[in-house]
Parts: sequence; C-alpha cells; structure tokens
Amino acid sequence: MVISSTIVDSDQSVHYTFASRYVRTSLPRFKMPDEPIPKDAAYQIINDELMLDGNPRLNLASFVTTWMEPECDKLIMSSLNKNYVDMDVYPVTTELQNRCVNMIAHLFHAPMGEDETAVGVGTVGSSEAIMLAGLAFKRKWQAKRKSQGKTCDNPNIVTGSNVQVCWEKFARYFEVQLKEVKVKEGYYVMDPAKAVEMVDENTICVAAILGSTMNGEFEDVKLLNDLLMKKNKETGWETPIHVDAASGGFVAPFLYPDLEWDFRLPLVKSINVSGHKYGLVYAGVGWVVWRTKDDLPDELVFHINYLGSDQPTFTLNFSKGSSQVIAQYYQFIRLGFEGYKDVMKNCHENMMVLKEGLENTGRFSIISKDIGVPLLAFSLKDSSKYTVFSISESLRRFGWIVPAYTMPPDAQHISVLRVVIREDFSHSLADRLIADIVKVVHELDGSAGSTAHTSGTHSGETVEHGSRDVTQGIAKYWRRFLNHGKKTSSVC
Amino acid sequence: MVLSSAVSETDASLHSTFASRYVRTVLPRFKMPENSIPKEAAYQIINDELMLDGNPRLNLASFVTTWMEPECDKLIMSSINKNYVDMDEYPVTTELQNRCVNMIAHLFNAPLGETETAVGVGTVGSSEAIMLAGLAFKRRWQNKMREQGKPFDKPNIVTGANVQVCWEKFARYFEVELKEVKLREDYYVMDPEKAVEMVDENTICVAAILGSTLNGEFEDVKRLNDLLVEKNAETGWDTPIHVDAASGGFIAPFIYPELEWDFRLPLVKSINVSGHKYGLVYAGIGWVIWRNKEDLPDELIFHINYLGADQPTFTLNFSKGSSQIIAQYYQLIRLGHEGYKNIMENCQENAMVLKEGLEKTERFNIVSKDNGVPLVAFSLKDHSIHTEFEISDMLRRFGWIVPAYTMPPDAQHVTVLRVVIREDFSRTLAERLVSDITKVLHELDTLPAKLSAKKTVSEENGLTVDTEHEVTKKITDAWRKFVADKKKTSGVC
Repeated sequence: MVISSTIVDSDQSVHYTFASRYVRTSLPRFKMPDEPIPKDAAYQIINDELMLDGNPRLNLASFVTTWMEPECDKLIMSSLNKNYVDMDVYPVTTELQNRCVNMIAHLFHAPMGEDETAVGVGTVGSSEAIMLAGLAFKRKWQAKRKSQGKTCDNPNIVTGSNVQVCWEKFARYFEVQLKEVKVKEGYYVMDPAKAVEMVDENTICVAAILGSTMNGEFEDVKLLNDLLMKKNKETGWETPIHVDAASGGFVAPFLYPDLEWDFRLPLVKSINVSGHKYGLVYAGVGWVVWRTKDDLPDELVFHINYLGSDQPTFTLNFSKGSSQVIAQYYQFIRLGFEGYKDVMKNCHENMMVLKEGLENTGRFSIISKDIGVPLLAFSLKDSSKYTVFSISESLRRFGWIVPAYTMPPDAQHISVLRVVIREDFSHSLADRLIADIVKVVHELDGSAGSTAHTSGTHSGETVEHGSRDVTQGIAKYWRRFLNHGKKTSSVC
Repeated sequence: MVLSSAVSETDASLHSTFASRYVRTVLPRFKMPENSIPKEAAYQIINDELMLDGNPRLNLASFVTTWMEPECDKLIMSSINKNYVDMDEYPVTTELQNRCVNMIAHLFNAPLGETETAVGVGTVGSSEAIMLAGLAFKRRWQNKMREQGKPFDKPNIVTGANVQVCWEKFARYFEVELKEVKLREDYYVMDPEKAVEMVDENTICVAAILGSTLNGEFEDVKRLNDLLVEKNAETGWDTPIHVDAASGGFIAPFIYPELEWDFRLPLVKSINVSGHKYGLVYAGIGWVIWRNKEDLPDELIFHINYLGADQPTFTLNFSKGSSQIIAQYYQLIRLGHEGYKNIMENCQENAMVLKEGLEKTERFNIVSKDNGVPLVAFSLKDHSIHTEFEISDMLRRFGWIVPAYTMPPDAQHVTVLRVVIREDFSRTLAERLVSDITKVLHELDTLPAKLSAKKTVSEENGLTVDTEHEVTKKITDAWRKFVADKKKTSGVC
C-alpha cells in the first residue's frame, strides 16, 4: 500500500494517507506514541488492522445480534455521547428504559396491577443481570436466616452443569457455592428432580435455564416449580427459582406462548434476558425483572442525590452509553409483538432447513431439539477418522465460523458443532452452509481414506500413520488435556 | 405536527411520516404494541421524544466525554456489531485492548521489563474496574489471613468520605466494611494521617483518589504511601494502596509528570482510570491495571475454552460492544503523549478563564484547587439571601446544566456549584457562562430587594411576614435538607 512520493515536512497533511510516513512507520505497540498523527491516518491504520477480524455476520457461534436497521443505527449514533446514568440530564432516555422494563415485565406475565410499575433494570448484559439477581437472593436469604437465628455463611445455588460461565463468576466472586446437577448423554439440561434433591437449607435459589447454551433446549421450569413447591411445603425453606432466560426470554413468548416458564409459576422470583441476543439489539444490553418489590431488598438499592432529587439505582456498572437502551426501545415499538413473532418464526424455519440438509447427508446426529432457541447442535455419527473440531477448522476456510465444543460433565465424550440461527441468517445462507459442510466432509473423507490405505499395506507391522493423523492425534490429545483441566461448559 | 391527509389502508408506508396514523396514535408505554410500524415512523417517534433530553455538550456536570472526531465515529459505527468477548473471532480487537492496557500501564510507570506484558483489563467503566480491584485485594487478604490461621470474615477498606458511590456499592455488594475518613471545611479530601490511623489488620487496602469528584483535588498519595510504609514496618500487616484515578489518571501524567502517585510508589498495587472521562472516549469504558501478576490472584481468573484455545478473562461483564475499546486505541495513537498534553493544558487554561471571571464578580469563593482535575467548584460568599441551588436552577433556563451539591460529612453545611471543563468546552463558552452567571446573580438580587422592603415595613408594624417566595424557599430548603440528611449526599458524580 506504499506509494512513493516526495514528502515535504511542512505540509504533511496534504498527502494521501497511504503515502504518508505514518503508514510506513509502525506505531509503538505497547507505549503511547509521543506525537500525534493526522486523524485520517489514525482512522486508516486502525481500519486496516481490523480487516483481519472475523466477519461478525458469518460468526455462527454467537447469539449476539449483528445487524440492525439503518434508522436504528442513526439513533445509536446520535445518542453515543449520552451517559446513561445521568438520569436528571437525560430524563427521556431514563423514561425509555423504564418503558422497556415494563414491557418486558408484562411479556413475562409479572403479576402487576394496572397502575403498578415493574421492578427491573437495564444492564450491560445477562452477566450483570444475573449478578444482581443473585445478590438479591443472597441478601434475602441472609436476612431470613438472621431472623431465624441461624448461620448464614454457607450459601449455595443449585443449577445444571450446563450453565453459562457467568453463574460460575457469580459464585466465585460473591462467595456462593455452586451445586451443579450433572448432565448425561442424551439429557443435556438440568434434571428438575435431581435439582430439587440437591436443595438444602442453605440454598438461596435454584437457577433454571430457558435456552441452554449448548443445545438451545428449554429446561422444564414448570416441573421444577411443582417439585420445589412440594419440597418447600415439607421443609418450610421457601426456596425460590430464578430463570436465566438470556436466549429464550425473547423466543418463548412469541413461538411458545403456552409454555409456562415465567412469572406464571409462583416460585419464579426473577428473570434475566439478554437484549442483545434475541432482543435483536447490538452487544451491550440485558434486562433483569423481579416479580415484585419484595423480591428486591431495599438495602441493595442506592439512592443517588442528583440536584436534590432522589434517583434509586441498583446496577454494578455506573456510567455507560445510552445507545443500546434506545435501540431496544426502537425494536419494541418498531416490531411489536407481531414483528418479533415473525422474526422468531423465520429463524425457526431456517433452522429446520439446516437440520434437514444435515440429516440428508446421513453423517450427523442432531443433538438439539426442535423446541427451543433456534440453533442447531449436531455431532458426527462416526468420529473415528476425524472429529467435529476438524470440520470446524476446515469450515473457516470458507469464511464460516462454526464452533465445536465438548459437552459439560458428565457428557464430556460428546462433541458437537453448533450453528446459531440469528435474524440475519437467511434461507440461502443455510443452503450454502450445507453445501460447504458437505464439501468439507468429503475432503476429510478423502484424506482419512488415503491414510487407511497406506496403513493397510503394512499389516502385521506397526501401523504407519499419515502426517495428518499425527497432527490430529496430537491436537485431540492436547484438547482433551486442556478440557480436563478447565471447565468446558464455559462456552457461550 | 399532524398534517391531515387521507390514509389508505393498503398503502400506509408511502405517506410522509408525520402524516401517518402512527404519529397520531399514542403508542402503548408499558406493554409491547401488538403490531409493527414502519421503520421511519419508529425512528421519528423516538428521535422526537429524545429532543427533550438535555444537550450532552451543555451538561457541565459530567466528566464523561461528549465529543469525538468524525473519523472515530466511523470506526465506532463499523464495530458496533462486534461482541468484544469473542476473542477468537475478533483477534485484532482483542489485540487492541491488550495494547491499550500496556500503554496505560507504561503511562502509570508499572514496573515492567522490556518484554513483559502488563496485567490489566478493559471494563465498562471505573465501577467495574474498582470492583475487580477490590475483589483482588479481598481475595489476597483472605488467603493471607487463612495462612496465618486468623479469621477473615470482617474485611474493611479505608477511604475518604469523598469517595464516589461505586466504592459504597463495592462495599455493600461484596460485604466489605467501609471505614470513611471524614472531611472538614477547607479540607475536602482524605487526610493521609487519619487514614493510616484507621488501618487495622482487617484492612484489605487503603483507597486514595486522584481527582476527587467534588472539587477535582488530587489526594497526596505519596504521603499516604510513606506513612503506610512506616506503619506496615511496625505492624507487619502489609496493607496495600489502590489509587482511584478515574478522572486524574489521564491528567496527572501529562500536566504533572513529576507528581508521584502511581506505581512509582511501592505500596500502590492497582490503579483504575475511566477511559470515558479524560481518556476522551464516549461513555462505556474504563481500565484497571495491576502492578504485577502476583497482585491478581489466579483463582479469580476464568479460563474460557474457545475452540480449544485458552482465553483467560477477569471481568464482571461478558458480552459487550467493542466500539469503545477501538475508540480508546484511536485516541491513544491519534493524539499520542503530546496530543493529550495539549488538550489537558487547554482544559486547564479554560478552567482558569472561568475561575478568573467568577472571581471578578466578587460573589464567589473558589473551593477547587488549581492543581487537579480541570474543574471549577465555587460557592457563594453570602448565603443569606439565596443559595447555590437557585443559581443552578436558573442557569438551566439558559441551557446550562450546572449542578449544585452539598459536601459530604462532616462538611455538609458547604454547598458548591461545579463546572467540569471537558475537551469540548471552549474559551468562548467559558466567557459566555460567566456572563450568564452574572445575569442570574442580578436577577436573584432584584428579588430580595423587594422582600427586604416589605420586611422593613412589616417589621415597623411589629410583624415579620414571610412572603410566598420565602415560604416556598424555606419549605424547599427544609425538604432538601431532609432528603440530604437521609441519603448519602456524596453519592454524586
């Protein structure tokens, strides 16, 4: 990109960016440069480096929204410089947040009277939302124990081992023990009966997931509620439920309105949902809603004094941009119930197209269910010659990012590929992906087949492995080693 | 805005937004509407409502950046759909974050070898940064006490009463006691001696502020360090320091490079700074840097397994936008050391212009110091007739948002007005503000003149009658005092 031309020191700003000295000299990486550079050079340098990032829209690993309408982009741009936390200075933005909270609360059937306002807050994502909900449960449980004169130094939470990593963060940072119900082959979500068994008097809540990260399945919250109600009656412990509806919260109400998973179940006290997943907003917004005021201990709410007016807040983050909250409100009024329903139905249909295409190849087992978040998780029927990790790597060459994961304990021997169907994943893209997967499988078949042929001619002696096999073997061993040490269900 | 025209059911999208039925019908506020509406209508409706928000650039209350160059806006928009946490998908964005961390660590004189990488992370703001730093201190202290066989259920943190509210959040949410050094009139920051006195064996750290929210002052971190080194030598408790440099972290290195407040002081183990204050980036980014690897307990770091690659992370938030990280990197390379220095010097000069203009009116005491964050905090010399809150209210009519606060305990009787000088607050704006403040003072002056005339008349008659204005004022003052007493008034920012 270097075009040589004479550079006169006094007049650098006139030259084309690509010919300027700044693009030829590499900038210091780890220390601030001493001098400024022209803004177009700065722009170009960063823009060119970022070309090597993955393309967000081909990232089939992520639930997070990667496309919004240009009108919404305009709104986002114009509110970039508004600090969300300045409630007094930006009253309308604050009002929009309140409206979103109320809309979501109604969507989840929170038991509110006509004039009551919902209890909830906008957050940066489901991680913050879950930490706030967990804090509320912990504080309520501590208060209850203290009033009963019992010890409150060993709180625990019961979840499935398929939980997203933020629950582990919550447990570790806020000193709550995590009691995990192990999943098993063929049953990849939390078993309600096992969960209720694990509940003891130190359990601050049971967390159910609506839309498991691994395979998009909805946990049976109703069964959990019914079993827990029975146990609560026997023990008198009043253990509540939290529903982590990060992905499912904006899917279930539209595709499966009769599925009872939300505040219609009496033990559900709080729900979190990611605005930036199927809420159809760019990364950076989540929501947590509590059933009633009583479920949010007042001592956790801070009253900030702005210019003499009282502003109650309960978030971990303080200053942040307003853009995503405004974008969420835009989506709510732009799409309405009908609009969201159409988008989700479309995602579901595209998922079925992909599923049928993969089933037709005869090589894959489909691990995900039809009912759930629109994603497809599939594994190889025959993993002896190559694994899903090889497929994942080969697909990168075509531009697709399709991740491969091992399931959490006790199903670590199962590896899956996962494709998330977002709003911007069209039917034609689905067809194309199938075609590319078929290509990759044939390629891998070819290289695995030739190796088998080679080793066949050396029967009776040590089998000679093709170099590809060796590489794969090492990679497989190394991955297993890593997975063993770390929590493999910490994917998202 | 309603223009009447015939609306045909089948063809609603062709009509001008303002004539469409959607603008005539009020949208439901608290429930999702049943039907969709055209995108232009949605845009217009929201845009029109937002017109009633304050103008961010006239918000003199906030430290948070309100303007960036258009080139940077372009970068921001193009990365708005990148989820920052996908390190494997967006390796360059992750690399840019690492570079920013290293640049900031060097700026703070972290003791790094030539090839060592800094220990730090980008966060959503200083709140998250402080919580992470506090967590690290708490965990280290717990491990230390456990080793020594001592109880570790009562950790505390020593700070000044002038701390920003996020420290109280940290204390409340993570169950750490907050021991506050009270302020006093004319000394509005934490006194290092009093702080060190308060340190006991349960203290996980002492938090000093570089750039106090209320008056921009830098606390004397060097003195705190020296006193604490002495105490540590006596007690053997090894109490560390954290510097909350949310505002000051991008000022001190450029205007006061000789001031020792950072990792040059041996007891300083972590520093946080807000990228979105004088880091000159829009709201939504902060940084926390640790001195070295030992200061961040490994058990707090999560190792996420992405496609077999190990990614260590330590943040409270997970998914979030990448835009602000890229914008921070843009500013760091676009401006460089020299550029930041020029901007901070400029802010300081504008602060002086404002300060001189206010001093000329002879009605105000300047509470902020010259050395510190470029802001001007000032209070009325004479409180008997009107208060700072009234000035604040009246300035709103001119479009200015200038907040009035009471100082934290034990200086609650002092009220100040505070103007923050940001990059986009020019000298002309400063002069305009002075003239508007002068106008407001004259207006307020005329009111009591009538009152005192009435008062002398009624006093002559042996009665002191409160005018309606006085009654209202008395009620408002009493209510404000009631509210201020009940809540933590230093919960301002």
